[in-house]
Amino acid sequence: MNQDIESYQEMFARVKDNGEGAFIPFVVVGDPDFETSLEIVKTYVDNGADALELGFPFSDPIADGPTVQAADIRSLNSGMTTRRGFEFIKRIREFTNIPLGLLVYYNLIYKMGADEFYKAAKESGLNGILAADLPPEEAEILLDTADKYGLDQIFMAAQTTSNERLEKIAEMCSGFLYVVAVMGVTGARSELADTTVELVSRVKSHSDLPLAVGFGISRQEHVRNVLSAGSDGAIVASALLNIIGENLENKEVMLTKIGSFCRELKEATRK
Amino acid sequence: MISKGKFGKYGGVFVPELLIPALEELEAAYLKYKDDEKFNDELDYYLKDFAGRPTALYYAENLSGKLGCKIYLKREDMLHTGAHKINNTLGQGLLAKYMGKTRLIAETGAGQHGIATAVVGALLGIPTEVYMGSEDVQRQKLNVFRMELSDGVVLPVESGSRTLKDAINEAMRDWITNVDTTYYLIGSTMGPHPYPTMVKHFQAVIGRETKKQIMEKEGKLPDTIMACVGGGSNSMGIFSAFVEDEEVELIGVEGGGDGIDSGHTGATLTIGTEGVLHGSLSYVLQNDDGQINEAHSVSAGLDYPGVGPEHAYLKDTGRASYDAVTDKEALESFKLLSETEGIIPALESAHAIAYAKKYAEKEENKGKTIVINLSGRGDKDMDLVAKEMGVEV
Repeated sequence: MNQDIESYQEMFARVKDNGEGAFIPFVVVGDPDFETSLEIVKTYVDNGADALELGFPFSDPIADGPTVQAADIRSLNSGMTTRRGFEFIKRIREFTNIPLGLLVYYNLIYKMGADEFYKAAKESGLNGILAADLPPEEAEILLDTADKYGLDQIFMAAQTTSNERLEKIAEMCSGFLYVVAVMGVTGARSELADTTVELVSRVKSHSDLPLAVGFGISRQEHVRNVLSAGSDGAIVASALLNIIGENLENKEVMLTKIGSFCRELKEATRK
Repeated sequence: MISKGKFGKYGGVFVPELLIPALEELEAAYLKYKDDEKFNDELDYYLKDFAGRPTALYYAENLSGKLGCKIYLKREDMLHTGAHKINNTLGQGLLAKYMGKTRLIAETGAGQHGIATAVVGALLGIPTEVYMGSEDVQRQKLNVFRMELSDGVVLPVESGSRTLKDAINEAMRDWITNVDTTYYLIGSTMGPHPYPTMVKHFQAVIGRETKKQIMEKEGKLPDTIMACVGGGSNSMGIFSAFVEDEEVELIGVEGGGDGIDSGHTGATLTIGTEGVLHGSLSYVLQNDDGQINEAHSVSAGLDYPGVGPEHAYLKDTGRASYDAVTDKEALESFKLLSETEGIIPALESAHAIAYAKKYAEKEENKGKTIVINLSGRGDKDMDLVAKEMGVEV
């Protein structure tokens, strides 16, 4: 299936042609275990995911709130490693060709060595990599490696990011730009800040890249709000991981709930 | 950022994008005030009249006789709140005030840095909240009470291993969320730039005083300087004045725990490997995948799986050397110093004493002049040491 992998550019064009925004759910690979996690991903794909954000678990996830950290711990306890993570992605590639992005903390890349990591990432069928704790200041070194293996290096833009930095980030970034909706860490929130809308339009005016907004997107109305503000996609993480965490004892219920929540969120991307 | 804060390849700013502007603001403020006359006058005043500087350089005659070397102790243990930590919290607390920040947050392991931050918060009138692993809250109830007496709010951290590294994670998350109003007062020469450089700057007073004092007493530089290394701030503080003096041997002593090969150790530089943790590239204790291991040391201040990036640089360049002593050796030296000199050291500092004992036993080191940074006093460790000795208090 590797031959037919859809690029981010193609995916964003496809959903735009349909008059939609992209729905991008997140999962920590191996949460709560390898096979269940794979079924969760399949449920995402079968219920409207336009692309996937896949997290490798890390022991010290400073950009994440308690929900993602709990998922990281479940995954690590089930024996997830970097190598198994890439095996997991290969398994995903057996049933879908939509863009797959990896969200990772930089130490996992550093430990394996950037070249080996990016090579394995490419071979597994990933489209792009975002290192949560790697700002442009430190990322220069990875851009050539990403280029060498034909992977997108994705960056984050936040409310605290100045226009000057935005332009620098946009220049280094490919695939799409990950817009951080809130001042804070990942986690489901009931309200979306007004400043999110302003941020989306500010980023739009400094970058031609497709935008996907994440952090705190947990309801249909949040998805509608960020898309109507001009975002091309919405990334949903903690709200989905909460369903996993709350239904560990009953996989069928978990998958049913995830499926219907995904359909709701996808529905909200249709204008 | 004006500088990337690199020591060779180590250091850097490995943090989420959200924090970069805050680090830029901090770097700018630090560079503005570090040579500002008014700022330094105020800091000097507090260091002298509030904290009790300068601290003595004490010739430990009894211990010297026993070990066969000439041993001086830099008495940071005599400072207010009981350790060198106050040098840094006064410096950064004042910086926070000059920056107009209205809230201090800090992480703490055993509670020493938390206390030093809380008292500075009280002194300068800035509300202070301290993240502390719930495991540590249980182990260090007295220190929690001390922080609360100074009007600090202690926030127990339930995530991860519920110890220092998780307290740091949580403090960083808080800072990410409240970056406009909040100053994150990191307690050691670790974290993203500018912290390692800035904390060294505020701790460098230890080295400056030591150099002046030893020249007065001995008329020459010491042969060797020893200090314990957890995150690395007391050691970097005393090393900094002597790094250029190549003839002075610099030795950092880590918390070996049950032994460096036991899997229960805090000896990051001794057995760790390169990695990125809490904002900088340095040595870390990690597995083959880069997942961070839990550290172990009887001394909470040395119980950390990372270490300041400049130490990594000094190790690689060979300018300083690093070794570890075990919990058991540290406890023996805790008693040794108490008995021979009537000075009860912090368990952290007892590691440096233990190393000095081993060092002095070697023939080639006989008669050398050694300065040991006695970074803190042992009051905080009474419960633990009594328990280890099987004594009921």
